Amino acid sequence: MNRLSALVFSALLAAGLFTTGAEAAGDAKHPEAIDWSFNGLFGTYDRDSLRRGYKVYTEVCASCHSMNQLRFRNLSQPGGPEFTALEVKAIAAGFTVEDGPDDYGDMFDRPGLPKDGFVNPFPNVQAARAANGGAYPPDLSLITKARSGGPDYIYALLTGYEDPPAGMKMRDGLYYNPYMAGGKIAMAAPLLEDLVEYTDGSAASVEQMSYDVVTFLNWAAEPELEERKQTGFMVLIYLTVFAGLLFFSMRRIWADKH
Amino acid sequence: MSGESTYQPNNGFTKWMDTRLPLLRLAHDSFVDYPTPKNLNYWWTFGGILTFCLVTQIITGIILAMHYTPHVDHAFNSVEHIMRNVNHGWLIRYIHANGASMFFLAVYIHIFRGMYYGSYKAPREVLWILGVIIYLLMMAAAFMGYVLPWGQMSLWGATVITNLFGAIPLVGDSIATWLWGGFSVDNPTLNRFFSLHYLIPFLIFGVVILHIWALHVPGNNNPVGISVKSEQDTVPFHPYYTVKDGFALVIFMILFSYFVFFAPNVLGHADNYIPANPLVTPAHIVPEWYLLPFYAILRAIPDKLGGVIAMVGAIFILFVLPWLDTSKIRSARYRPLFKQFFLIFVVNCLVLGYLGAMPAEGVYITLARICTIYYFAHFLIILPLLGLVEKPREIPESISASILPETAASPAE
Repeated sequence: MNRLSALVFSALLAAGLFTTGAEAAGDAKHPEAIDWSFNGLFGTYDRDSLRRGYKVYTEVCASCHSMNQLRFRNLSQPGGPEFTALEVKAIAAGFTVEDGPDDYGDMFDRPGLPKDGFVNPFPNVQAARAANGGAYPPDLSLITKARSGGPDYIYALLTGYEDPPAGMKMRDGLYYNPYMAGGKIAMAAPLLEDLVEYTDGSAASVEQMSYDVVTFLNWAAEPELEERKQTGFMVLIYLTVFAGLLFFSMRRIWADKH
Repeated sequence: MSGESTYQPNNGFTKWMDTRLPLLRLAHDSFVDYPTPKNLNYWWTFGGILTFCLVTQIITGIILAMHYTPHVDHAFNSVEHIMRNVNHGWLIRYIHANGASMFFLAVYIHIFRGMYYGSYKAPREVLWILGVIIYLLMMAAAFMGYVLPWGQMSLWGATVITNLFGAIPLVGDSIATWLWGGFSVDNPTLNRFFSLHYLIPFLIFGVVILHIWALHVPGNNNPVGISVKSEQDTVPFHPYYTVKDGFALVIFMILFSYFVFFAPNVLGHADNYIPANPLVTPAHIVPEWYLLPFYAILRAIPDKLGGVIAMVGAIFILFVLPWLDTSKIRSARYRPLFKQFFLIFVVNCLVLGYLGAMPAEGVYITLARICTIYYFAHFLIILPLLGLVEKPREIPESISASILPETAASPAE
């Protein structure tokens, strides 16, 4: 018991409760603000960008990163990439999903259905670590909400790889990225020019692919964004009018008291 | 203030009720005909706003609890289920999460208003103490609520705060184990926090009823701080203050809506969208913004037990505020020195909040120590002395008399 609480307490010390250590994020380069289509009071997602971003995710990111909160059916819901129901069926059918047990108690494989979740690249965390030099590729469902700097940070990270500064020692399997806290990241630069073949004729530059995939990731984290902002605008109008009515009622009611 | 009831039941049913359970009479006397000083400004609208916040939190919270699972393996995913699959679940959760911040924003304004206008002085000491109890319960509810999504900050914030009990000499470790229901923050902790998080708002509701009762016996304080002397000084609560409180509430809701719909996560911490992991400690553990001043005080003291005592003392000192302030004058309007020290005190609290968000190192820790000393000096030295040395300005005859010259000066009001 005492050893355990000593352990917890030293973890807290390390965590900065009473320490003099620098804030970990303090040494990372600050990401530049990007003018996303989903910023601002009337922000919406660019459907084409979302679909291209989904292609980048499935063809590049999905080989290491899971997206556990998403189901194939989400791809056709309003406010997202809005694939048709048929397209989603076809996308889901392209994956193999383990189901069961059947009437004989055996697990079996079947083609995916829209109700199924995105398929994990690895069966468990240990397998993911083993395949990635000990580093665990984080789940991407909420990544733009789970990092300070949000979509700007993810974009900066994807486009910000460069050679390490002179004198910095990089262990095998670590790469230099100034936007990462500490500068060292276990993911090699994931995007190269023309890595993905866009079917809508857009040029697959690293910047374009990054923009598209971050748009897609932001939708995955905030699928309600369009509905939220549109509802919010109506709410603000309603409350402003209501406040005006109350203000004039108040003036009238108080008129004889001044 | 609690004079003759003016309630007149006007039909058979209400007459029948009135001789059996005079609920409508109570409501009428409390919220319709309740005589209220006619000079209350907008700082007085936060009582109504706070009631709205409490009711909003309870309603949204009950709905969230219908979809939430208090288990370490499911809590995080059940919150995402609410965000993604429950109809308008995102709206309900964002109202609840931002509602906590709005609740604290309103309560801080309400508390500072009470301090500025001396609302804690006789005969309102009990009213003030009940308010401090509500504030304490709010902090407990907010802290436990923040643990429920079971993100990284939930787990590690809970670990930091519950570990503070370990600082108590001799029995500290046993108390911490008892609170956790184990040897660290884990499933039993999450379960009991959920249970208590559901319970506390109803305790708050009960104390709020006492708070309003204790308000309605002596009646409202007011910006000039002198007691009501005649009917001339008051207006009935309805419609005069229902409309004024209503207007202020809607303005408050506009701010609230801005956060809910356009910046729902700016007041939270990104790390809480990472599922809790007992093996990975976040680089920088910080509480929610409304607890930062106390966090700064905790870290300012180089000794763990000392820090805990200072932090708890910073809150509990509010209980004895009515007896620390030796001045008989209520309103800061007539206390030129107190007015300035009050402003310094507010700035000091804000600086403490800023320091709570900064890493505890170098100049930050020195500043936090100075601010902590000043915080206590305000209550223990400045307030008792001011009442003895300060020469108050001349106080008007009555509330009505205080308004009349102002009306002549400013046609807008």
